[in-house]
Amino acid sequence: MSRRLRQFLSPLIDENPITLQILGICSALAVTTSMTTALTMSAALTAVLMASSGIISALRRHMPKQIRLILQITIIASLVIVTDLILQAYAFEISKRLSIFVSLVVTNCLVLGRAEAFAMHNPPGPSILDGLGNGLGYSLILLIVGFVRELLGRGTLFGFEVLASVDTGGWFQPLGVMLLAPSAFFILGLLIWAIRAWRPAQVEENEYPLSARVEG
Amino acid sequence: MSELFLRAVFADNLVLSYFLGLCTYLAISKRLDTALGLAAAMIVVQTLTLPINFLIHQHLLLEGAWAWVGLPEVDLTFLKLIAFIGVIAAAVQMLEMALDRYAPTLYRALGIYLPLITVNCAILGGSLFMAERKYDFAESIVFGLGSGIGWAVAIALLAAIRERLRYADVPEGLRGLGITFVVTGLISMGFTAFASVTLP
Repeated sequence: MSRRLRQFLSPLIDENPITLQILGICSALAVTTSMTTALTMSAALTAVLMASSGIISALRRHMPKQIRLILQITIIASLVIVTDLILQAYAFEISKRLSIFVSLVVTNCLVLGRAEAFAMHNPPGPSILDGLGNGLGYSLILLIVGFVRELLGRGTLFGFEVLASVDTGGWFQPLGVMLLAPSAFFILGLLIWAIRAWRPAQVEENEYPLSARVEG
Repeated sequence: MSELFLRAVFADNLVLSYFLGLCTYLAISKRLDTALGLAAAMIVVQTLTLPINFLIHQHLLLEGAWAWVGLPEVDLTFLKLIAFIGVIAAAVQMLEMALDRYAPTLYRALGIYLPLITVNCAILGGSLFMAERKYDFAESIVFGLGSGIGWAVAIALLAAIRERLRYADVPEGLRGLGITFVVTGLISMGFTAFASVTLP
């Protein structure tokens, strides 16, 4: 059981899909301007990832090798359509704010990547667990970035005021730049730096080391 | 029309302000020459698939599109996603075959990047934006060309900077992915400056 547990926990930080595997970054950052959208997106992705891992793993012996990609994409696309319709039915406001990004889960490399790398070779149980672990790892990064951006950009969390802003007579001057695209890149870059300072095993090798010897 | 084009290239740049196609953008930007090959493929595929997807969306999927066969209530918009992905995969496949036949040098230069484009979210994202913002046929061609060029400019810039970065002494934890994100943030910041540019 401890092996299962480790396999479930490792995608959270040690093998985080976003900061280490570079999977699923597309569509991850655009929804982080507020915690509400980040949380909704995380939930949608985790649900799709678990369901697709389970289904693909259950069908893995019946998929001919040549057409497996098309089958996988069709399964994922159907699940995404269902998720999108559920969101539109029960959370229309948020679904409007998420715009096209829920649909883009289809081309999210994380879902297809886990299907190819894990679900095709393992039984449904562990595959669903792997999907959940990777989904939570993705959610963790999304929520951290969303937390920083909403707190510093608006002074709110989930729409509730945390830091009293100047407009309402408080002291906090909201940093508008946090709501613009560049800040998401900076925060993620710095987050990766922080994680790698904590876990030096993740540091990338220097491909072009500077030599101390000066030639000529 | 030219304003839409400029917005698509700079202010509404797919990768720098909507984060679309980031995986490919980060993975294939280590060398300038491969990045340029991918950029060219991207422009062609984006300009091709957007108008095709527009026609399919307009004449097969939207509510009332089947009125001419006497089925005015049929609304197939929920199939949008699968239809768009299918069109993109087919367009890439056909482009591959056409290039192989008529321009083998270009085909070899693009190599594996062509099939990779099928799963690039920038392409699907472009088509979904086109449907969401209700562009017309001409606008969808302009938007396709503009957003393709915008993506190409962005990856060419990043690849050129990363080639120079090889000789920089980057802090250990920031090496590789981290510094790439910071550089992308800086490029993105530069591009937001274009947001206020309007044509006279």
